[in-house]
Amino acid sequence: MAVISNGTTLLDAGALDSGIAIGGLRLLSTLTASSSATLDFTSGLTSTYDHYIFKFIDIHPATDGAAFSFQADTGTNTSYNQSITSTFFRAVLSEANDTPALGYVPDNDLVGATSFQVLANGTGNGNDECLAGTLTIFSPASTVLVKHFAATANELIASDQSYNLFCAGYFNQTAALTRVRFKMSSGNIDSGTIKMYGVYSG
Amino acid sequence: MAIISNAVTIADAGAFSVGLGAMTLIKSIRASNAGTLSFVHGASSVVLDGTYPIYMFRFVEIHPAELNKDFTFNMSIDSGSNYNIAKTSTVIEAYHLGDGSGNGLGYHGSYDLAQGTGFQSLANAVGNDNDEGVAGELFIYSPSSTTFVKHFIHKGAHGQGGGHAANHLIGGYGNTTSAVNAIQFKFTSGNIQSGKVQLYGIKDS
Repeated sequence: MAVISNGTTLLDAGALDSGIAIGGLRLLSTLTASSSATLDFTSGLTSTYDHYIFKFIDIHPATDGAAFSFQADTGTNTSYNQSITSTFFRAVLSEANDTPALGYVPDNDLVGATSFQVLANGTGNGNDECLAGTLTIFSPASTVLVKHFAATANELIASDQSYNLFCAGYFNQTAALTRVRFKMSSGNIDSGTIKMYGVYSG
Repeated sequence: MAIISNAVTIADAGAFSVGLGAMTLIKSIRASNAGTLSFVHGASSVVLDGTYPIYMFRFVEIHPAELNKDFTFNMSIDSGSNYNIAKTSTVIEAYHLGDGSGNGLGYHGSYDLAQGTGFQSLANAVGNDNDEGVAGELFIYSPSSTTFVKHFIHKGAHGQGGGHAANHLIGGYGNTTSAVNAIQFKFTSGNIQSGKVQLYGIKDS
């Protein structure tokens, strides 16, 4: 950063980042659900940032046991039907300490499918039940490579169990992804917040 | 931003216009043979309330005084008077033995909790050789909510006694609808000899 007067440089401390941390994580957009059928991020997904992080905070479904899911699209399209290939596994334990489990969940993976990708399956709609987690989409603006994503979430499901969920995969699309939609498999997102951050690597 | 010389404002362009990033370092506590490290809202500049929707604790070179003890955490709803929130959680562990003789991936039932009010293990059987320690990140979602349970997600790596490497993926929730306003870290026995825990808030706007 420099102090310049009438074309004369009085002070020059170099690039701003050398003296003042500007941070790598930037909040770009926040959507708050209020009995919302979908939450759509339709702008801000550009080449400005290397990857984008979506944070889910206290997502509460209207329908008991509905799955929380997402899809993406290109340009100004609104079909949200990109081809996805993905994996999904989870760890499970009940409040009653029934047999814990770790396993692959084939019902939630996709193989070249254009449907919505499940991120959390079965969140309860009891008053205190919800899910929270993170989805990262890597280099969505690339016009060369497929678009990888990875998500981790934790949810309290209807039968009083804790699910720790791990989903990763790729959009088999070389066009830039410009928009992302979140929704429940049935019913509305009763409440909750999703925040989109850009991660700047300089 | 202003340029001030000898208390005289030479130029003032108003608020700093460059984004400072969404992660705010709230508090860093360095251990020096500490029995516990506690982050209590309102004490020692700690913020742990509705100011941020998500908080992240980062563990940097956490080194135990004793061999093979677990690094753990718990939540409080009474400003640290009691750390005893009921939690239900899962623990996934990947490990590789230090001599290369074995490795594995699986559910670690010894360290999960089913409504347990005890401390949640984040790293088990941590070695105390000079070069061993714990590193990782723990996210707490909406601790100040008075409606929902409090989800947490942890990912970390640590060295176990014997030179073993372990990777833990932990998720769960504090089963309370009261606001969580304090978090404490400690080993199951012995002190945190060295290392630091950093608390970040992830901005709401």
